[in-house]
Amino acid sequence: MSEPIVAIRNVSKKFPGGVIAVDDVSIDIAQNEFFALLGPSGCGKTTLLRMISGLETPTSGQIIIGGEDMALTPPNKRPTNMVFQSYAVFPHMTVAQNVAYGLKVTGVESSEIKRRVAEGLEMVKLTALADRKPDQMSGGQRQRVALARALVKRPKVLLLDEPLSALDAKLRDDMRMELTRLQETVGITFIIVTHDQDEALSMASRIAVMEKGAVQQIATPSELYEHPRNRFVADFIGKVNLIDATVLGQKGRSISCDAKGLGKIEIASDKAVGSSVSIAVRPEKLRISKGRPENKSVVKLEGTVRDVAYYGDTSHVVIEGKDGLNLSVNVQNDTRLGGAGVERGQKVWVQWAPEDSIILTE
Amino acid sequence: MENWKENRRVFWTLGAPPTIWLLAFFIIPLGFLFIMSFSDKAVIDGQVSITEYDYLTGIANYIRAFESLYLTIIWKSIWISALATALCLLTAYPIAFGICFAPERWKPLLLLLVILPFWINLLIRTYALIAVFRTQGYVNKVLGVVGVGPFEMLYNNFAVIFGLVYVFMPFMVLPLYATIERLDKSYLEASLDLGASQFTTFMKVTVPLTMPGIISGVILVFIPCLGSFLTPDLLGGANAIMIGNVIERQFKAANDWPFGAALSFLLMYATFGALALRWLIASRSKGVDV
Amino acid sequence: MAAQLKPGQGPLDYGSRLWLKILFGLIFFLLYAPIITLVAFSFNTDKRGIVWRGFTLDNYSKAWNNASLIEALTNSLVIAFLATLIATVLGALVALMLWRFRFPFKGGYEGFMALPIVIPEICMGVALLLFFVNSGMMDFFVAMPWPLNLGNIVIAHVSFCFPFVAVVVRSRLVGFNRQLEEASKDLGASEWQTFWSIIVPYMKPGLIAGALLAFTLSLDDFVITFFTSGPETVTFPVKVYSLVRRGVSPEINAASTVLIVITVVATVLAMKLQAPPKPRKG
Repeated sequence: MSEPIVAIRNVSKKFPGGVIAVDDVSIDIAQNEFFALLGPSGCGKTTLLRMISGLETPTSGQIIIGGEDMALTPPNKRPTNMVFQSYAVFPHMTVAQNVAYGLKVTGVESSEIKRRVAEGLEMVKLTALADRKPDQMSGGQRQRVALARALVKRPKVLLLDEPLSALDAKLRDDMRMELTRLQETVGITFIIVTHDQDEALSMASRIAVMEKGAVQQIATPSELYEHPRNRFVADFIGKVNLIDATVLGQKGRSISCDAKGLGKIEIASDKAVGSSVSIAVRPEKLRISKGRPENKSVVKLEGTVRDVAYYGDTSHVVIEGKDGLNLSVNVQNDTRLGGAGVERGQKVWVQWAPEDSIILTE
Repeated sequence: MENWKENRRVFWTLGAPPTIWLLAFFIIPLGFLFIMSFSDKAVIDGQVSITEYDYLTGIANYIRAFESLYLTIIWKSIWISALATALCLLTAYPIAFGICFAPERWKPLLLLLVILPFWINLLIRTYALIAVFRTQGYVNKVLGVVGVGPFEMLYNNFAVIFGLVYVFMPFMVLPLYATIERLDKSYLEASLDLGASQFTTFMKVTVPLTMPGIISGVILVFIPCLGSFLTPDLLGGANAIMIGNVIERQFKAANDWPFGAALSFLLMYATFGALALRWLIASRSKGVDV
Repeated sequence: MAAQLKPGQGPLDYGSRLWLKILFGLIFFLLYAPIITLVAFSFNTDKRGIVWRGFTLDNYSKAWNNASLIEALTNSLVIAFLATLIATVLGALVALMLWRFRFPFKGGYEGFMALPIVIPEICMGVALLLFFVNSGMMDFFVAMPWPLNLGNIVIAHVSFCFPFVAVVVRSRLVGFNRQLEEASKDLGASEWQTFWSIIVPYMKPGLIAGALLAFTLSLDDFVITFFTSGPETVTFPVKVYSLVRRGVSPEINAASTVLIVITVVATVLAMKLQAPPKPRKG
């Protein structure tokens, strides 16, 4: 990676009450990335974003923006701008005044302000509403004002705090595409905070998953999904079946282990003998069949259908095997009349390819 | 809410006693005062009577209020009140602001500390100020140690203004606190984030967005200042007379009730004017009130 | 380069800024120093109350033995008690009516109720003086035995207190969930039963707060009492006023301290009573 635009080095934030919001976090974010901080509420992602903007300062560590340590620089001296969760569009100013505010207070020449405000409003398609007051606008429109207001400052980094959370479902999809488009056209690094994995997966080029103030994994969306580093990431990103197992022995590149409800199975991995692991399998990787699968290399077990939930495009089936092992299986409803093809109480077989299993130790 | 016609019995049971009380012991007395303001002392056998009046003789009392002597006092009352209000605002704003940004566990205590003097008798607080400011008071004692003074700090405009600020400051803090507390702090953060300095943020965002509280506070302090009687009486003495003292004098020492009544009504009109102004500003800046 | 922030300090953490702490200290000092010196010098042996000469309780026993001062204090407490009682009932009635009913000219009626709050005290004082004298009520009450001779002052106090009570009680009622009332009626309670078992308990904190406000307003009032009291009836503030006009004396300090303690205790008690119950631990 070339010189990162934002480098977070060993940053910790301890609140006066003793709560550690961010615990020794290090992240490098490259120029032009669409980077997401993803995690459950209270994981420290918003605090981290606010520390990049300067609205909070770390108790220790460096925040290098554009090659300069700005950990203690006030927000008005940083080349970052933020789109607030509540938008924070000034209610006593018109749309145009809002967009011009950041330029005016930093002494940009008035003709230049005029040009850039027009350009900014054009970018978010609000030119017609330039003289409106925010209280006459919808949530989506106010968010566009907030976006334009931040972008006309031409920051090195644009920070977005839960940008889609206050919008209804339909608007959310539009805005998601809009944000991706904007990021491509303006070529500014975007850092977005979200608790919604779909948002992060669909927009971001890279994601940092956080929990309890610490980064659990930094990776591209597909890597996170298919190669989660630990149980938390596997469980937080998408749905997953986690099966407890103990490693019994090693054979070349694969291990044999004793898994709950499955008995002895072989999976490609290099985990040490004797360690207890979790076998993670995504529900859509599982197949249901009425009879015992012929293929010898697949992992398989027999069980009883406990629940079938219909979601339109898919059905989620829960199957109970031996030792109380419950597995979720996603079945594509690919024919109109077939449905999931199984009923509650039915005896079925579940199978999956061993390479679709992920072995997790943490 | 119910229409009153749906349950007249309950409506009248609730409404009649307080309404009758207010009419009998407030509106009718004001009516007496109103009539008195257009009356004159009766002249019986060439002598001005002390107890008898000729009612509704004209607006002579009001015209008299615009004689230069009284006009000076009215004008002085206005500027003393305005100055005291401004000083209240200047001291109360940082206090209200500071309480809003204080750690959560300190807020109730700090608020209590501001409000507590308000519950202590006005007379006692004014008396306490006299003890501090008199020639042999503590302020002069302290100044004496430094080698200046003693100064005559009582019985002048300064003493009255200080006293009014001291007495009415809580009235300013409360509405300001309420609006600043309600103000979404992300507006301030957004302003800082967009490159504005702390000072610019304060002037361009904080002050405009807390304007409703400022106006409320200003009116809440200005009105009682303008009508104050006790503070100028005890702290101002003969040198700093305000309109309240003139009214008192008409009803006590000078025994000119009609003129006192006219002055009272002028004071009330001024009060209503201030209230109307507040209402006007409030209704115009509806969008600002967040 | 602009001033850097301290580690862990945000740009809006004004509470940790030194200048604000100093300003707070200064303003609170100005606010409290006069009152604290007043209280302190009530224990001073020096007659003129200028220099600290030593601790004594003499001023208190002198104030206690000063019959006219005690009489004034008793009058004040009796007036405050009676005025609070009547004002709380009247205020609650207004609040209930405004909360429950829609009626023509309601806005005007609200303005009418707010009049005693907004008009200058001195105007109200002289209006009531005029009224009492001209209606003969002044002579009527002056001729009455104690405590009936306080009647005109009580009436005046009720008039300026009950609109305040109405405001406090009404702001409490605004938060009432109307469905509780409907649920009560749905369960078979009559209008009257619903009122006593649902609405009154809900109003209670507002009633207590309103009553305490009325009590302090009445106890504190000087201006209106000054105009409406007869020559023989003196309240504590009026008495203190006549003493203060004659000069500073440690005896006034003692009496004032007693009144300060009464009001502060009442206020703190009121706030305690009003505060929502703390969630139980565990």
